[in-house]
Amino acid sequence: MPIQTKVERRVSAVTGNQALSRAVRQIDPDVAAVYPITPQTDVAEGLATFVADGMINTVLVPVESEHSAMSACIGAAAAGARAFTATSSQGLAYMFEVLYVAAGLRLPIVMANVNRSLSAPINIHCDHSDSFGARDSGWVQLYSENAQQAYDNLIQAVRIAEHSKVLLPVMVNVDGFIVSHAAESAVLLDDEEVRQFIGEYTPRFSLLDVDHPITVGPFDGLHGYFFEFKAAQVEAMANAKQVILDVGKEYGALSGRTYGFFEEYGLDDADTAIVVVGSAAATCSSVVDEMRAQGMPVGLLKLRSFRPFPAEELADALKYVKAVGVLDRAVSPGLAGGPLFAEVKSALFDADARPKVASFVYGLGGREFRPEHAREAFASLFEIKKTGYVNDLVSYLGIRKG
Amino acid sequence: MVDKMVEIRWHGRGGQGAATAGRLLAEATLERGFYAQAFAEFGPERRGAPVQAYVRLSPKVIRAYYGITNPDIVVVLDPTLLSAVNVAQGLAANGTILVNTRLSAQLVREKLGLEGPEVFAVDASGIAQQCIGVAIPNTAMIGALVKVKKLLELEDILDYYCEAFSSRYSQRMLEGNLNAMRRAHGEVRSQ
Repeated sequence: MPIQTKVERRVSAVTGNQALSRAVRQIDPDVAAVYPITPQTDVAEGLATFVADGMINTVLVPVESEHSAMSACIGAAAAGARAFTATSSQGLAYMFEVLYVAAGLRLPIVMANVNRSLSAPINIHCDHSDSFGARDSGWVQLYSENAQQAYDNLIQAVRIAEHSKVLLPVMVNVDGFIVSHAAESAVLLDDEEVRQFIGEYTPRFSLLDVDHPITVGPFDGLHGYFFEFKAAQVEAMANAKQVILDVGKEYGALSGRTYGFFEEYGLDDADTAIVVVGSAAATCSSVVDEMRAQGMPVGLLKLRSFRPFPAEELADALKYVKAVGVLDRAVSPGLAGGPLFAEVKSALFDADARPKVASFVYGLGGREFRPEHAREAFASLFEIKKTGYVNDLVSYLGIRKG
Repeated sequence: MVDKMVEIRWHGRGGQGAATAGRLLAEATLERGFYAQAFAEFGPERRGAPVQAYVRLSPKVIRAYYGITNPDIVVVLDPTLLSAVNVAQGLAANGTILVNTRLSAQLVREKLGLEGPEVFAVDASGIAQQCIGVAIPNTAMIGALVKVKKLLELEDILDYYCEAFSSRYSQRMLEGNLNAMRRAHGEVRSQ
């Protein structure tokens, strides 16, 4: 049942990282194991402060690496605890093998990933190569456009992860520095509202339940059930779709901000459209407004859920569009186009009126994404719409020439 | 009064509090019911290195996540930056630049070769040294800024400063910063 919405809410000034750590304070997880890494560090610091000040009951495990952070979360979650961690970039890469363990053991761990590029060259700024690299690890992946969405996504992540038809870990992604270190307006819920929304966590299985002993993570060889387990994970990820919608709707009743797989912006009568995740979506939406004011029917699809990937819904939302530009803040060397592009194009393959799709790579290593880059992408799409032909399958926005 | 989007670029040196000043102004403006955004250009931060911070204030939701290249207002926290960084780059012809310097505003105008924009000068480092005991000019510059551009009332900033910092600073530090803001508000000049 939706909780009564309060009319008056206080607007706070928070950075993306503060929004995340305040959400964690309100979630009050049983266990958190976090290793600090730029640009996630404020989340680790915030959490440590809340624990030191006695504001939360969380047991904070001071680990020596991200691999251990995720391993500690796995142990805690297997014991039946609500577990949380946060990381970025190299940290996510370092926990890579245990990401699969968390998902394979069906442990509803929640993690904030503050997106940052992967070395080399060393770079502390935003791109999505870290989380896109963990695409197949079996984690639900949500993306945030701003601090408000970072906060909202993290709270919803708990419900999605712990749903009995899902039981998968959830990663909430937030653009490093661009959002994590920018102070802006956000409306936060009351502690009690969050407590009620996420509810008590009752684990289905617990290592500590000695009356009902279980085995976690045993060897499962050639004649075991490995294949079936993987198929079950795929099914759980498919189930996550309805849960994401249900939780997003219920959160909307509580907060006034309803969430789905993506947000459509001006798509109803658009003949060209951009698909994008993260903070660039905000910049793109202002360019859509500007171009629409000049009479150009352009639109935008701001993707929130990358895993599960809402292929059918996305194809339906883009069915009247003639030319689609997919913006990727990551590259997959050797792939024709960015990783998100490949998925969107695949989703559109079976569409009745199959639109033309072009790939635009932008913002690697934090390179600024500005309105002129969105305009440049739309200009290319107008050309594709006119000629019906994709001349440049992959373009780089904002790269230095020469 | 923020009746349309205002973009402010702060130039300082690491340690002078450009990012803190930007955030303080943004938060105080947000308290008055407007939208605000504050961020800095992050890198390998070093004390003394040139840094930039950005503030957007708006009556409407802000959907811009990139640096400010065409500011309405430029605030320069360190006089030595005038010859080290092109602080007026992209400044609107009807824009405003406020510099922490002992030079006159007229001399700053000549030094930067500016014609259109309004130029203001205030010895914020001197004021900070006298009021706070350290030459960290950021709070004084906010006091001067709300005098030359009426984004907020001086009282709004002073009230918010007390609210935000009273639990973190000693009474002496708090009073020192409040006085620095008041004094710079009174002493900023366009000549």
